[in-house]
Amino acid sequence: MTLKSTLTAALAALLILPAAGFAAEEESHVVDYDFPFEGPFGTYDQFQLQRGLQVYTEVCSACHGLQYVSYRTLGDAAGPGLPEEQVRAYAANYEVFDETLMEGEGDYRPATPVDSFPQSAISNAPDLSLMAKARAGFHGPYGLGINQFLRGIGGPEYIASLLTGYTGEQRQQAGATFYENTAFPGGWIAMPPPLYGEDVIYEDGTEATIEQQARDVSAFLMWTAEPKLAARKRAGFAGVLMLGVLAVLLYLTNKRIWAPHKRKIKDVPAE
Amino acid sequence: MAGIPHDHYEPKTGGERWLHRRLPILGVLYDTVMIPTPKNLNWMWIWGIVLTFTLVLQIATGVVLVMHYIPSTEQAFASVEHIMRDVNGGFMLRYLHANGASLFFVAVYLHIFRNLYYGSYKEPREVTWIIGILMYLLMMGTAFMGYVLPWGQMSFWGATVITGLFGAIPFIGEAIQTWLLGGPAVGEYTLTRFFSLHYLLPMILVGLTVVHIWAFHTTGNNNPTGVEVRRSSKEDAAKDTLPFWPYFVLKDLFALALILAVFFAVVGFMPNYLGHPDNYIEANPLQTPAHIVPEWYFLPFYAILRAFTSEVWVVQFASFVTGGIIDAKFFGVLAMFGAIAVMALAPWLDTSSVRSGRYRPMFKWWFALFFVNFFVLMWCGAMPAEEPYATISLIATTYWFAYFLVILPLLGVIEKPLAQPATIEDDYATHYAPATGGTQTVSTPAE
Repeated sequence: MTLKSTLTAALAALLILPAAGFAAEEESHVVDYDFPFEGPFGTYDQFQLQRGLQVYTEVCSACHGLQYVSYRTLGDAAGPGLPEEQVRAYAANYEVFDETLMEGEGDYRPATPVDSFPQSAISNAPDLSLMAKARAGFHGPYGLGINQFLRGIGGPEYIASLLTGYTGEQRQQAGATFYENTAFPGGWIAMPPPLYGEDVIYEDGTEATIEQQARDVSAFLMWTAEPKLAARKRAGFAGVLMLGVLAVLLYLTNKRIWAPHKRKIKDVPAE
Repeated sequence: MAGIPHDHYEPKTGGERWLHRRLPILGVLYDTVMIPTPKNLNWMWIWGIVLTFTLVLQIATGVVLVMHYIPSTEQAFASVEHIMRDVNGGFMLRYLHANGASLFFVAVYLHIFRNLYYGSYKEPREVTWIIGILMYLLMMGTAFMGYVLPWGQMSFWGATVITGLFGAIPFIGEAIQTWLLGGPAVGEYTLTRFFSLHYLLPMILVGLTVVHIWAFHTTGNNNPTGVEVRRSSKEDAAKDTLPFWPYFVLKDLFALALILAVFFAVVGFMPNYLGHPDNYIEANPLQTPAHIVPEWYFLPFYAILRAFTSEVWVVQFASFVTGGIIDAKFFGVLAMFGAIAVMALAPWLDTSSVRSGRYRPMFKWWFALFFVNFFVLMWCGAMPAEEPYATISLIATTYWFAYFLVILPLLGVIEKPLAQPATIEDDYATHYAPATGGTQTVSTPAE
């Protein structure tokens, strides 16, 4: 019946229509980079996260913070997976203000794994903890959210595209310098180009091109935004699997219970 | 109690008789679970169970989330991140709860469309319908306030825009807005009262769910033919119905398992798809987002709200007649609430004596258009307030009101309905052979 198919089509439309499926008027150019954590079974690449951490530490952290991320999570097996001594040593590079020191006056001390990364060092550099979930790289088309359904929301792709998207043009406006960027909405961003290539020396010998570093740090920032991604996908998979089996069993039970009442007319011999 | 005649509970053991004399709770449960249900119900009669389950799911996840959430502007956002990162299974609880809201609205919209197509709102089920509309309004209020709690950018600005609507009410609007917000702007006291109400309203929903079920257990379920179950005798009723347990319980559970499998796929693999990225930025009163968009389930009504700009002649006329008291903003607010009000009045606006759309050749097409129109409105609500979306919104809004105020009353007069089956049994017999007595898989607990 037509109504039934309309309902089905509309239900499908309902499921693919997100509030975020919003056309960006500013045509920004976001490259659909491949990341290992994409797809239903994708997980983080530990080596990539470690490289990304290195880029963050040596480049981004000069201005940006990660206030919701604690150092101990750097040791998570589903994350960068640093050994415990390395986590301790890494944390000790940072100082935190501890108000219990100096008889309640407070003082700075080296950070320990239970502390969090510092906040952004400068006020107009946003905190990066959740940046990979706070930006949508993909939109539309026509507000239908189909791109986001197929390719994901595009946070990490947006970050990587932004880091590689500088054209080299800059202009002065109201006493500030803006840099042209093909990924940034509006095209001009206040952040100077952070990557020039070979900004870090990767210990695993990976060549530190701009794109490589951009992808690594984007993957790292996806991890900081969604540290439980692997556990979430496992739970989702287990849920779908168990409910699928349950649905089959219930289908069979239901069919059997209804069988005496749902005999097809053609199956019954005419009396 | 009125209702379809069927076997009632008889206490057997001494203990049952003891309890039954003092509190007939087992009898009530028995009558509820064994209620005679039209045997021709189709798959659109599953959404009630889905809704009940979702309400329980939301309360269960919500109760645990509350243990870790801190309702203050300073700490709300950070406490949500604490849930996502440090609380055992917290990320799952929160994603289930956030996407559970979407499941809730998918189910409620399909439930409402089912009612509108099969005429379930008509006599004698008006009270069930009105209670349902009240529940829908409460759901919207709860969802809206829940969305404010994470204290992201969309939380803050959504709250600012929506409470601002009340400010559009002439004379008393500003006072109402201040009262809602607990201050001159969205802030600490807005958050704490929304938190309190976000916990209270679902409890009222539980109560209304009981009344809703009570009401339609009194009238009996509607069914795809819209023909009433025969009540002349227990035997006649039994020919039209099957007991809820086990026939419909298992059917509903099967549907629920299937729907939850899809739901878990969304939660597990794309939990942020239906959310807005801006809500992962902490609320900042000094920075307005480029586009303030409500959650998808509010979009149709958001489109109706925005459809009436000061350029629309109806608005200009209303403004002229009332001496400027009704301006475009207030008109939009009236239209938004009016859209639900006219839907609530459907039992009295629909003049046709035939319930089911199945036997209404003209209604069928107007309904299909109404259904599509809903999604057009939803789409318009997501688009920026500019042409051509403004005009499309206006046309779609006009159709929404026309459907209830013009089409439903007129169709009852001009439409010639098709012949309805005399009984549900007759309808059922055109699809299925008479039941076999042989395989008696069903237990009869009454005996």
